[in-house]
Order: sequence, then structure tokens, then C-alpha cells
Amino acid sequence: MLGKLDWSAIPFDQPIPLVAGAVVLVAIFGVLAWVAVKGHLPYLWHEWITSVDHKRIGVMYILLASVMLLRGGSDAIMMRIQQAVAYQSQGYLPPEHYNQIFSAHGTIMIFFVAMPFVIGLMNLVVPLQLGVRDVAFPTLNSVGFWLTATGALLVNISLVVGEFARTGWLAFPPLSELSYSPGVGVDYYAWSLQISGVGTLVAGINLVTTVLKLRTRGMNYLRMPMFCWTTLASNLLIVAAFPILTATLAMLLLDRYLGFHFFTNEAGGNVMMFMNLIWAWGHPEVYILVLPAFGIFSEVVSTFSGKALFGYRSMVLATMAICVISFMVWLHHFFTMGAGPNVNAIFGIASMIIAVPTGVKIYNWLFTMYGGRIRFATPMLWSVGFMVTFIIGGLTGVLVAVPPADFMLHNSMFLVAHFHNVIIGGVLFGAFAGFEYWFPKAFGFRLDERWGKAAFWFTFTGFYVTFMPLYIVGMLGMTRRMQHYDVAAWRPWMIIAALGMAVLTMGVICQIVQLVVSIRNREALRDRTGDPWDGRSLEWATSSPPPVFNFAFHPDVRGEDAYWDMKVHARQQSFEHDVPEYQDIEMPRNSPTGFVCAFFATIMGFALIWHIWWMVILGGIGAFATFVVFAWRDHDEYVIPAAEVAAIDRVNIEERRSLVSMAGAV
Amino acid sequence: MAMTATVGHAHADPHHIGVVIEHPGPAPKRIVTAYGFWVFLLSDIVMFSCFFAAYAVLSGQTAGGPKGAEIFEQRNVAIETVCLLLSSFTCGMASIAADVRNRFWFYLGMSVTCVLGLIFLVIEFREFADLVGRGYGPSRSAFLTAFFSLVGCHGLHVSAGVLWLLTMMAQVFAKGFRADVLRRMMCFALFWHALDIIWVGVFSVVYLLGGAP
Repeated sequence: MLGKLDWSAIPFDQPIPLVAGAVVLVAIFGVLAWVAVKGHLPYLWHEWITSVDHKRIGVMYILLASVMLLRGGSDAIMMRIQQAVAYQSQGYLPPEHYNQIFSAHGTIMIFFVAMPFVIGLMNLVVPLQLGVRDVAFPTLNSVGFWLTATGALLVNISLVVGEFARTGWLAFPPLSELSYSPGVGVDYYAWSLQISGVGTLVAGINLVTTVLKLRTRGMNYLRMPMFCWTTLASNLLIVAAFPILTATLAMLLLDRYLGFHFFTNEAGGNVMMFMNLIWAWGHPEVYILVLPAFGIFSEVVSTFSGKALFGYRSMVLATMAICVISFMVWLHHFFTMGAGPNVNAIFGIASMIIAVPTGVKIYNWLFTMYGGRIRFATPMLWSVGFMVTFIIGGLTGVLVAVPPADFMLHNSMFLVAHFHNVIIGGVLFGAFAGFEYWFPKAFGFRLDERWGKAAFWFTFTGFYVTFMPLYIVGMLGMTRRMQHYDVAAWRPWMIIAALGMAVLTMGVICQIVQLVVSIRNREALRDRTGDPWDGRSLEWATSSPPPVFNFAFHPDVRGEDAYWDMKVHARQQSFEHDVPEYQDIEMPRNSPTGFVCAFFATIMGFALIWHIWWMVILGGIGAFATFVVFAWRDHDEYVIPAAEVAAIDRVNIEERRSLVSMAGAV
Repeated sequence: MAMTATVGHAHADPHHIGVVIEHPGPAPKRIVTAYGFWVFLLSDIVMFSCFFAAYAVLSGQTAGGPKGAEIFEQRNVAIETVCLLLSSFTCGMASIAADVRNRFWFYLGMSVTCVLGLIFLVIEFREFADLVGRGYGPSRSAFLTAFFSLVGCHGLHVSAGVLWLLTMMAQVFAKGFRADVLRRMMCFALFWHALDIIWVGVFSVVYLLGGAP
């Protein structure tokens, strides 16, 4: 009846996951109870859960990422403490628990923090920057988000019901095959990634189509803001790479569930094929994450330097070059496979070549700042901190791209330090910069600067104190994923790293405090202009938060930095007083499709993990029924009458006119 | 507000020499839908290429089991191929019928497509059942694993296509040739033709190359 599921799945003997699970459950039910008692449920359902508005979906993505950041961060804290105390002793974590923690940490941070964070920011911002009303497929967008949430939910369920994979974040066979991992851990891993991967693919298709087919009048390719370009590149990579992940995980699952022999040791299976396939996805994945961050830095640096982006066209070229080359380097993840010197040399050189366009970008940002009037607001701090940090990460990357060096450093802590250097220093700093930069656009008020700066300095310092020692112990020969060790020389560095983790945690706390303080003081921090940073691209041309239709009419773009242009012209010609002709706007209707899909996907995923076959069938029927019901809708759009559009827009125009004329009088 | 509703600026772009073609604005829905679906199909083809790659890597790994040439029946495959290619033609006829809003020919075209698809699936299922019955199931060897997965993945797509096809017919029956139904019909047709293209790959790589002694 319940497949493999019984009471032994719940780890009554292990206090840590049980207590953590209990706390999470209490928190969830507390929030739900509070929402229900206060009567917010209808609001939540109509305005958020069923919303197909790209801005709302973007915000929900970022919320999901932030919650999962706390989860993945707790794992990181536990690992750093374990390695600090586990010198010539077992430490405080049993080995199999520790193995689950590092696997969960990697999986969560990549798939459920970094991915939703950047996809959330792209969702929130790109249609605004393109001057259009929504993404290409709004309902599909909601489906994509909720499937991602399903994946995150399954990972968290594994904390209490059953176990998570102990195989590392990429579940290499043969360790992940049934004979070596008979439990449900790898199945949790594979199904949660499979489901959220579909969500990511959907988001990728959506954003590629949005950028290529939905741009406002006059927005030629070479007038698109840099963030739109990097979004395009990143989502092209998603469309090309995520199907590889889907296929690879499907093969692993077939091996585990039906006794196939893709990656087994026996009957001719080929383990190295898994390496090739998973890294053919995994390497582009790195750039899927970091390219949007590059876009954010481009926007932030140019805005806060008060200058157009230096070398815009070379930036576009560099972005697309990275997009292409990132697909040709996957083998550098396993130089030690034994592919031979020629193959290794070719992939080593290809890997190093990526440093060229990335270097072009760094110089472009520096030259954008050069001679500019720089304001060191929080987003700018994150950007400058990124430039310094990312260069170190990039240089160590070039180092491990040298095959002979890689033979020394492969699977060492040096490697761990390197990729945290680029992922934290690149992706996470970018995500935080984007969060601070676009927060006023999403909610209509700024974040508190003092707490923001404190968060930056703690995180920045904490990052260096944590990860620089890891480079050193890597050089001293420490390999990754060690549960305990006996080498005295490593110990002091591990303790320093643990202290660094404490500083990093302070950064996270500051960020939470910043959010709370800012929400409390939201009246004082209110942004009435819609353009708090004196921005240059179209998202600042509408009010904050933008109306559901974003723009009363499609803006007309006449050059790069569209909104900057408009502002300059407006100052020169005062205002054009002709009242625009408003028209009715058709907007997509809200739909619970995404939520219902995710509901059935969760049931199906859980049932598959535990081999509860009747429930799988139920979930499948439910999914098809959802599809048919969605296809049967008669009215998927509603009309906002022109008069209402005009009324909303007039308020926005009046507000801006008064503010600008005040500024002009000074 | 500097954003005006006026149209038709032919502002010269200083970086360009000559006439600048202005981007006219968001594309119509039909184009957007088709474009998005094309992107999806490309991603689907990437997924198939992984299974093709796996087949190429594992096709020699028979682990003492049968080789391709010993188990493939070219006659069956020929019938399957004819069915599928023909179904693409009838699907095309159904699309044309939908474009000219002719219900009779639409239903007829779709029905024939459905029947041909089902014949294809039945033949494939019998081939699989026969192999499993002889002890040559997918867990026999890595070669058979790759074979069953690649061909089965295509078969799964055809099954989903048949389900979609029936839903399309029901939609036209209930809603008529509405704009959104027509857009879906266009996507369905793209999907069905793409399956054909993939089958040509399967047919060549698995049965023709693998069937050679």
C-alpha cells in the first residue's frame, strides 16, 4: 500500500534532523495559522499563488531562493563546525549524516538558491526592461515556478522522511547505483531535480521567447539593456543544457528502478559516460548562473557611475562568446579520467580561452567607472566587491584549467575554494546587488542603506576568512568531503574557516534585519518617483511598484539607455503636453494551473521515491486532467478599459512631473 | 513624461551607416507561440541526442548477449516507418483543413493520423514484448539498455502525441476553430513532424547501421 514507506523512514534516533524538521513544521504551521486567522488566505490565493504576473512570480522565486539559502547555509555552518572539531576524532556528526549534509548543501545551493534567485530577478526585470507587459507565456511561467517549489519541497521532506543522497551534489555512479546506494536518498535527489528541472526548462523557453519576440517599439537588439542580453545568453544555455540533465537523470533512474545498465559496473555499462553527460550540462550551468549576475553588475555599475556602459558592443560580444565557449569545456571537470594528453590539452586551452571574454567584461566595468561620478550605494558595493573577489576566483580557475596542475588539485579543498570563490563572489554577490537594486522597483520603497552596507561588509570579510584558508589546506593536500582527519597542519586553517563562517552568518543576519527594518520604515523609505537610483533603462520609466500592465503604452525606444535618453530629452524640451491616446489593455487572467500542477507533481514525486505505484498513477491522471481543464478555459484574458489605464497613468505622470519640476527648480 | 504615444521616428543610429530598420514592437501571438514551441522542440531534440549518444557509446557493449543484427526485423521497421511518415502527411492534411475551417477533413485527417500512430505503437510494443519474452530485455546488456531507452523514448513521445491528438479533436469539437485552438493545433503539428524527423534518426542509427551484419 505505501511501497517502501514505513515508520523506519523517520529518523527517531537522530536528534538534529528531527529537531530541525520540527522547528520548520512549527514555523510553517505558525505562518499558515497566522495567515488563516488574519483572513489573508483569499488575498494570498488571488494575488500571489494564482498570479501569472511576471513581477509577482519573480518575487516568489526570490522568496523561495532566500528561504532555501537559509537551509543551505545551515548545512554549510554544520560542515564548517564538523571540520573544525573533527581533528583526530569523529566530530559531532555521524559519517552518513555528514555525507547527506554536503550533498544537500551543494544540491540546494545550486538548484534551489542560485537558480531561483537569478530566474526570479530575470522574471521580475526583463519584461520591464524590454518595455512590454509580461513574458511570452504567463501561465507557463507560473507552472515553472511552482514546479521549482515542488523540487525544493521534496528536498526538505527528505530531511525528516527518509534520507537524502550521500553521493555528493552530482550523484556520480556507480556510488549512486542501487547496489551502493540502496536507500531512497538518490531517488529524492533525482526526482526533485527532475521536476524542478522541467520548471527551469519552461522558464528558459519563456525568457528566450520573451527577449527575442517581445520587445517594445524601436528596441533593436543593440539597444537592449545588458541584463537582457545576459538573460538571453543564460536562457539559451538553459534550453540547450537542461535537457541533458533530464536525460542523464532519467538514465540513472532507469538503472535504479528497472535494472538498466547505463552506468553500472556490470553488463557493459559505462560510468564515464555519466561524467561526460552530467558535465555537458554542469559546465554550462555555471554560466547559466553567472551570466545574469554579469548583467546585473553591468546595470548597477553604469547606473551608479552615471555613465553609459563602456564598450557596450564588446560586452554583448563577450557575453555571446561565453555562451558558446561554455559548451566546449566540460571535460576539464575530469582531466584525471585518462582521456589522454591531447584531449586534455584541447579542453584545457578552451577553458582558458573563456577567461578572455570575462576579462573583457571586467575591463569594461572598470572603464565604466573611470571618470564617472560614482555613488557607493549598497548595490555598487556588492559590484565592486564582486570585481575584486571574482578576479581571484577566475585566476585560480585558470590555474586548475592547466591539466598538470589539475592532477594535483583535483578533488582537493583548493577546488572547493575556487568554485565557492566564483559562485559566491560572482553569483551570490550579483544576486544581492540585484536584490538591493530592484527591490524599490518591486515594492515601492528602498531598503535601509546602513544595514545593507553592514551586510555587505560582514559577508565580504566573512567570505575571505572562510575560503582563503580552504585554498591553503587544498595546497596542503586536504581532499574535499572529509568527515574527519588526522593532519595537524590543517587544523588551524579549518578553525579559521569556521570563524569566517560565523562572520558570514552575521552578514546573513544583517540582511534579515535590513529587510525587517526597511519594511517597518517603509513610509520614510517610500520611492514616489519610480526611479530611485536615477536609472537608465526602461524599468525605471514606470511607477514602483509597476501597475499590473507595466506600461500604459509601449514605450518608444530611440537608442541605448532608453530611459536616460527620455529624461535628457524631457529636460531639454520641458514636457510634451499632448495627452497620449490610451487604449484597452488585454491581460492574462490569473490561473491556479501552476499550483495544481505542482500539487500533482509533488504527489507523483513522493510516490515515485517510495514506490507507491497507485499514487503515481493518481498523480499522472491528475496532471493530465489539469492540462485538459486549462486547455478548456474560454476566457483566458481580461480587459483593462482605457479609462482605467489613463487614470492610473495620470497619477504616475503627475507625481513624476511634480518631482522633476522640483528638481529643476533647484 | 517623456514617453509619448507617437509613432514612426526614423532616428538615425550614429553607429550605423545607412538606413536603420526600427524594431516594430512585440510580435503577434501566433508568432510568439510558434516560436516558443520551436524552442521547446529544439530542447527536446537535445534530450534525444543524449540518448543517441548513449546508444552510440553502448551499442557494442553486448555483454555476451545478442547484437543488433541478430534481433532487428527490418520488415517490421519498414512498416513502422511507412506508418509514421504517412501519418505526418495526414497530419499535414488535417492542418490544412483546420486552416480552411473544414471540420470533415480535419476530423478525417486527424483520425487517420491517430490510427497510423497507434499501428506504429502496436508494432513497436510487440517488438519490445517479443524481445523481453526471449530474455533480451533492457537489463540483459548495456546495448539493449540503450536500444530500449532510445526507441522507447520516441515511443513515449508518440503516445503523448496520440493523447494530445485526441485532446485536439475534442477541442475542435467543443470549441470550433477558435484562435487559441488553432495555435495549439499548429504546435501539435510541429510536434508530430518533429517526431518523424527523430524517427528517421532512430531508423538510420539503430536499425540500418545496427542491423548491418
